[in-house]
Amino acid sequence: MDRQLRVLLLSGLALAAALPARAQQAPGAAAAASDTPQVVEPRVERREVNPPGLDTENFEAGLFVGTVSIEDFGASVSYGARIAYHFTEDVFAEATVGTAEAGRTSYEDLSGSAELLTDSERRFTHYDLAVGWNALPGEVFLGGKRALPSAVYFTLGAGSTRFGGDDHFTVALGTGVRVLATDWLAVHLYARNLAFETDLLGDNKLTHNLQFTFGLTAFF
Amino acid sequence: MIRRLLIAVLLLGTPSPHVLQAAGGPGTVVVQDPYLELRSGPGRGFPVFHVVDRGASVELLRRRTDWIKVRDGDGTQGWVHRVQLERTLTPGGDAVALPGPSPESRLEHRWEIGLVSGDLEGANVIGASAAWAMTPTLLLRADAAQTLGNYSNGWLGTAGIAHLFAPQWRVTPFAGIGGGVLYVEPKATLVQPEDRTDTTAYAGLGLRGYLTNRFLLQAEYRQFVVFTSRDDNEEIDQWTVSFVYFF
Repeated sequence: MDRQLRVLLLSGLALAAALPARAQQAPGAAAAASDTPQVVEPRVERREVNPPGLDTENFEAGLFVGTVSIEDFGASVSYGARIAYHFTEDVFAEATVGTAEAGRTSYEDLSGSAELLTDSERRFTHYDLAVGWNALPGEVFLGGKRALPSAVYFTLGAGSTRFGGDDHFTVALGTGVRVLATDWLAVHLYARNLAFETDLLGDNKLTHNLQFTFGLTAFF
Repeated sequence: MIRRLLIAVLLLGTPSPHVLQAAGGPGTVVVQDPYLELRSGPGRGFPVFHVVDRGASVELLRRRTDWIKVRDGDGTQGWVHRVQLERTLTPGGDAVALPGPSPESRLEHRWEIGLVSGDLEGANVIGASAAWAMTPTLLLRADAAQTLGNYSNGWLGTAGIAHLFAPQWRVTPFAGIGGGVLYVEPKATLVQPEDRTDTTAYAGLGLRGYLTNRFLLQAEYRQFVVFTSRDDNEEIDQWTVSFVYFF
């Protein structure tokens, strides 16, 4: 019994002494092993798989209706279409076309019969290309259970407005609120200033035409 | 003994819930990070309201910009960033690739689209442009613009090539040549208003700088020679600034 214990102890000591030696040997042995070519080289090739059928929805298109206040010509119903492409969660580009039928100036009303513009010249049609920034992303809470993603965005664009028989270079500055009713359907409230120079009433002047619209767009 | 072995095989063979989902659809991935963060909306500001543990699988539903909507085993849906999803694996063990921008895309992109605004001999210019990168230093490009001036309006369409001197720099100069068509419609208040369409050629110099891994800002000067039907050709200058998206 006593002998057995001593053998066990000795073999344990021998093992303990041998282990560090083996550990020291190991790096050298590994280096030697890497020098000799392996018969079978493990070749792990990681394939990259693009998930099929993942719908990318960066386009947004829809219609809007509202009012536009055409300087000197009163406020009219404005309607049109817009299409946007979302580059990142912050930045998007958008193209807008819209039209309205301008009213009459106070002068035309007071003078009785004098018409400044023909019917076709009274058509106020504008288009622009703009860059937008989702400045204030957030959520809109409906009741206690529903939270809809939303964003307040600012846009700066340039385009053209056809009015009074002429095309005018137009700068469009806007701010809007987008609320996602579902994953693909968005509701917009959008206010813009369509500013352009015109000499329609004599002197050349910068006109500001404020447009407020309600829009529905779909992401696709 | 045999019965115990049979039970063990049956136990091992019974798929766990995660494995069941993994076999579910083609757009399914298995989480490799300690956990996957699900946000309530497609943006970094939306709160994380749910996490999916490592080893569980989620189904990919739709993608918007850099955010992917996923559904986990319990049916919980949320938005995950592309970068975090790239650290997942398919049920077959393959890496998941979700194309997106990286610093390499500055040099390796193939396409550019942009919004152009500027001045053409006193007239405002508003338009759109597109370019294809044949090589990192050579661009084939085309643009269309409307010109709106005090005395005339019109359209300008051009196509040409541009050489980037150092696309690896943050800001690089470039030079370009090309040709196109200029349509001019003088305003009716002028004498002898006559619409005309002329061919034109240009040489230009510019600077472009990367804003991010997706956007660059480009400023360009072009001198146009308009081949008019009159005795003399006309030389006009154009200055533009473009906001360009590349992919």
